[in-house]
Amino acid sequence: MKPPPVLAVEGLSVRYPVRGGLFGGVTGHVAAVDGVDLAIARGEALGLVGESGCGKSTLGRTAVALQRPTSGRVMLRGQDLFALGPRDLKHQRRHAQLVFQNPKTCFDPRRTVGGSVRMALDTQDLLDPGDREPAVADIFARVGLRPEHRSRYPHELSGGQLQRIGIARALILRPELLVCDEPVSALDVSVQAQVLNLMKELQAEFRLALLFISHNLAVVEYVADRVAVMYYGRIVELASRAALFAGPRHPYTRALLAAVPSMDPARRDEAAPHLGEPPDPARLPSGCRFRSRCHIAFARCAADDPALAEANPGHAVACWAAVPDGPSVPASA
Amino acid sequence: MSSTLRADPVTTASDGPASGEQLLAVRGLRTSFKTSRGELKAVDGVDLDVAAGEVLCLVGESGSGKSVLALSLLRLIEPPGSILGGEVRFEGRDVGAMPRRALRRLRGRDIGIVFQQPQGCLNPVRRIGWQVAEPLMRDGLGRAKAWDAAVELLRAVGLPAPADKASAYPHQLSGGQAQRVMIAVALALRPRLLIADEPTTALDVTVQAQILDLLRERCRAIGAAMILVTHDLGVVAKLADRVAVMYAGRIVEQGPVADLFAAPRHPYTRGLLRAAPRLGEIGERLTDIPGGIPDLARMPPGCAFAPRCDTRRALGLDRCLDEAPPVFAAGPAGRARCWALAGDAA
Repeated sequence: MKPPPVLAVEGLSVRYPVRGGLFGGVTGHVAAVDGVDLAIARGEALGLVGESGCGKSTLGRTAVALQRPTSGRVMLRGQDLFALGPRDLKHQRRHAQLVFQNPKTCFDPRRTVGGSVRMALDTQDLLDPGDREPAVADIFARVGLRPEHRSRYPHELSGGQLQRIGIARALILRPELLVCDEPVSALDVSVQAQVLNLMKELQAEFRLALLFISHNLAVVEYVADRVAVMYYGRIVELASRAALFAGPRHPYTRALLAAVPSMDPARRDEAAPHLGEPPDPARLPSGCRFRSRCHIAFARCAADDPALAEANPGHAVACWAAVPDGPSVPASA
Repeated sequence: MSSTLRADPVTTASDGPASGEQLLAVRGLRTSFKTSRGELKAVDGVDLDVAAGEVLCLVGESGSGKSVLALSLLRLIEPPGSILGGEVRFEGRDVGAMPRRALRRLRGRDIGIVFQQPQGCLNPVRRIGWQVAEPLMRDGLGRAKAWDAAVELLRAVGLPAPADKASAYPHQLSGGQAQRVMIAVALALRPRLLIADEPTTALDVTVQAQILDLLRERCRAIGAAMILVTHDLGVVAKLADRVAVMYAGRIVEQGPVADLFAAPRHPYTRGLLRAAPRLGEIGERLTDIPGGIPDLARMPPGCAFAPRCDTRRALGLDRCLDEAPPVFAAGPAGRARCWALAGDAA
């Protein structure tokens, strides 16, 4: 029998109330994540892309139990994270670690970085206390830092060095799932390449299930085995890296890819389709939520909400133009 | 659209772009910051020329000095920073010798500026129409006429329903819309030069393409040159006529965009171009540049890039560690600061 995926997200929704009006009452809801199903196997890297505000960070935070879903389940190693008691949840957290976007703000400024990494072991009560310091030294070496870096404070280190330590702090717990939320966006190009190379090596070495969240499609193409494209809370396309980048099916994915400026000055005048302004998340259009920015939308797109359905084996798309007879999602409140 | 703008009463005397004519000349510019850790040489002897109507991209990583250079051109450096030396000439006039009044005129009327975070630059309690109209009114236009001109300027930057949106406040705009408004403000007085500092870094990639197209289109329409500061080589490839690459306070290479991308001469430029992941060209590993950017308070004596430089190691060039390289000719129309080019120079 096939082992269960490391992470399985089932029917996941996260809704936030929108307050407004004279007395600040709840005037509506925004679904940051709106009915998402995803699974990541051991050793697999899933890239999650989308514009700011599409819900990709909320999805990542829910996967590591930092955010409670409104509905749906997050199964980590076959266990429903939000059905666990506090003690079991704390134990499970060890297996799902997060690397943040801005390494300069995710360390205690008054603690040495070695101390911060060691604290992860102390909190989880992993290893004999005498073995913890050598384990910290080992993981520092593995992420390309020298032993003396352990006694430095965050402000003494560069962004690239701190992000290596962010990765070390996550990996010292030997997690099965690593969620990286824009891990190289705050880094310079020359340093970004170093960190991406390191992440790819470590992902293979530790056979990590990796959820790699980024707005940068070129970076995702480098890291991911499969790619999910998110738009206003929904996964609108999910395919292998090769299939998605070579043959994107959703008009939103195509627009995202076309908008990436070419690194070849000779191709600068190839017009990128202009998507227009994004909709107000509290007032998404009826039917397909992308239709207000879609240049191929037709009548059905306003009437029915397309569900994510297989257009080719292993290539799922939520678009009536890609899967004309696909199932529709019943209109929800 | 352009006809309404031509009727705009604030048009300056220029009769379209006279390409090739020298607009800005910078020689030996030095800007430093005094800190507890010593003097940070953020801009350390920069020479730069911008011709009328051209787009110059200033590219570099964080801490390379590109933003400080852009601000130094307008003498917008405040303590603990100071401009220590060098010369900036705009249309032949020495910016450093300008009295306050002339400097005020330079900022905004001759040279417009657009920053990275549009929401942080707009007044949150003033309708955007008035913010666009303000420079026009200061220029002598009456309130009603200035408001109408502002609406036309908002239309020209592609703001939807500009007549209604002019009454909106900044928080009612998306990031992309706010950046359009900033561009309208910066170009309201038809400056001859626009300085745009990371104008699309805070925006999504889908909006970025629109704003870049808009910047180019509007600058062409009024004949303005542009200095675009960015860390993104994709933005450079899309917009630049010429490129200047900065590293640790110096311009290490400059040249026409096609030459620089096809045959970069400085090892740092080569490294940057190789390190950036490109769509559709995925290899097993990205070619990174080992090490990090040097500490500006403790600069190495020779070439600032020497400790990270693979070319220096391959050629065994020891002088790079002791002696800062001068500017050598690099390619048909470029220049670079690298000892490896010493043989090519003649």
